[in-house]
Amino acid sequence: MFLTNWFQHTAGLPYPWAWTLAQVILIVVYQAVVMVSVAFWILADRKIWAAVQMRRGPNVVGPFGLLQTFADAMKFMFKEPIIPAAANKVIFLAAPIIAATLAFAAWAVVPLDEGWVVADINVGVLYLFAISSLGVYGVIMGGWASNSKYGFLAALRSAAQMVSYEVSIGFVIVTVLIFAGSLNLSDIVRAQGPDMRGWYIFSPLFPMLIVMFISSLAETQRPPFDLLEAESELVAGFMVEYSSTPFLLYFLGEYMNIILLCALMSIMFLGGWLPPVAIWPLTAVPGVLWLLAKIVVLFFMVSMVKAFVPRYRYDQLMRLGWKLLLPVSMLWVVVASAWVVFVRPVWGPFFAHLFGG
Amino acid sequence: MILQALAFYLFATVLLASGVVVVTSRNPVYSVLFLILAFFNAAGLFVLLGAEFIAMILVIVYVGAVAVLFLFVVMMLDVDFAELKKGVQSYLLPGLGIGGLLFAELIIAVAAHWHFAPHAAPAAATPKGITNTQALGHILYTDYVYYFQAAGLVLLVAMIGAIVLTLRHRDGVRRQKAWTQISREPSDAMALVDVKPGEGVE
Repeated sequence: MFLTNWFQHTAGLPYPWAWTLAQVILIVVYQAVVMVSVAFWILADRKIWAAVQMRRGPNVVGPFGLLQTFADAMKFMFKEPIIPAAANKVIFLAAPIIAATLAFAAWAVVPLDEGWVVADINVGVLYLFAISSLGVYGVIMGGWASNSKYGFLAALRSAAQMVSYEVSIGFVIVTVLIFAGSLNLSDIVRAQGPDMRGWYIFSPLFPMLIVMFISSLAETQRPPFDLLEAESELVAGFMVEYSSTPFLLYFLGEYMNIILLCALMSIMFLGGWLPPVAIWPLTAVPGVLWLLAKIVVLFFMVSMVKAFVPRYRYDQLMRLGWKLLLPVSMLWVVVASAWVVFVRPVWGPFFAHLFGG
Repeated sequence: MILQALAFYLFATVLLASGVVVVTSRNPVYSVLFLILAFFNAAGLFVLLGAEFIAMILVIVYVGAVAVLFLFVVMMLDVDFAELKKGVQSYLLPGLGIGGLLFAELIIAVAAHWHFAPHAAPAAATPKGITNTQALGHILYTDYVYYFQAAGLVLLVAMIGAIVLTLRHRDGVRRQKAWTQISREPSDAMALVDVKPGEGVE
């Protein structure tokens, strides 16, 4: 790596320290880029809803309202943080920090391009799954520590919801692993090469993309599954008592998780950094731009869902998760295994022309 | 290497310290939170050993699912902590005695007869050429698949038992039948009648 070499040879540091320093700089820059990009995702979200509702959306701060999110973030930071008198102060402040930290930590294993990954670990998918299953702690600790019954009820609701939908996400991941034969995210992308015929969206795994999309909406508490902030029932969710920077951290973490799941779906089903057709002008485009384009498409769909789907009732949500998505994804684990074992060896060369298989 | 040593001492110290806090904490919610911290550091130790699959599964299963249920229960319970702490005083001596005995036995066993079985040596955390996950897969699904299936069967029986014990049918509960609702046609629910002036509807 360039920075490690520079520190080792030009600055004359021993290798472990040079490596550590280079990693720290890389991580800080990466996280800063991700965090600034969140500002524009939020703006895009608001602009899309505005377009659906025939409004103009944020358009005052900066050209086309581009700086609106930065203005909002400044406003939150300079407000007074209010901690309720009966709250458990340590956990109350730790919960949003945990939520935001986990959202940042997950990005470490996301490959942006061939070799563009902070930690290229063998169990990348499991790491992402573990981090996203920890997101529930930010919610449940915040709801409990604020010592408010609405906050606590919302925390219980959303914790139950996140735990339920994680199960089907887990099975979707298993089907993709069976097809790709690896837990490494870069290897999963490589297994879908070289062009869109290999992507898992054009394979028997297509239904799993739908299951994954719906579960992602539920996992990140997006409408139509935003029951934790059903304002007619629960005031505003588990973050009722939060203000100023702690609230900002929750908000940041929530959006980073949405984009993370969009990135995960792009990597698992849409071929990550691979171009749709492997011919010259398209292969010259940097892979990170292809990944970004795929994330934008998925994020647009997530945003549109919020604009025109009404909120589910709680028992309907549980029914959908446990009685529909879970059995379908479990069945598909069997289907995918059978495909890989029986169909692919026989029909592999034939299907390779149609789709990678 | 020095980084690995530092990481090991960090994980081990935090693991032991949070283990102590789990037992001594007055607030059970703190106990569960420190238990989670302990799980995390144990996962870190597994990563240092090269067993990254087990580390991730530890976090997913114990932290992501089991500890959430613990936290649910503990947060909703209204426990009288002073009452619980009284028990500690009276059971402290026998508890310490049993703990010390087990520890002594462990020391004796390790010091006297501890050696690896001859065929266990190849089963290192990271065998050459394949990843840790693939090695585990070979052991579980290829070499010892019947034992694995038997373990799965035991778990299935336990699960069915738990469901049978807690399942109760209540009468008079009206559930939503989504399929019936979706498949309902306008003709099932209403009829259009052409009413003549002055005659009314029958």
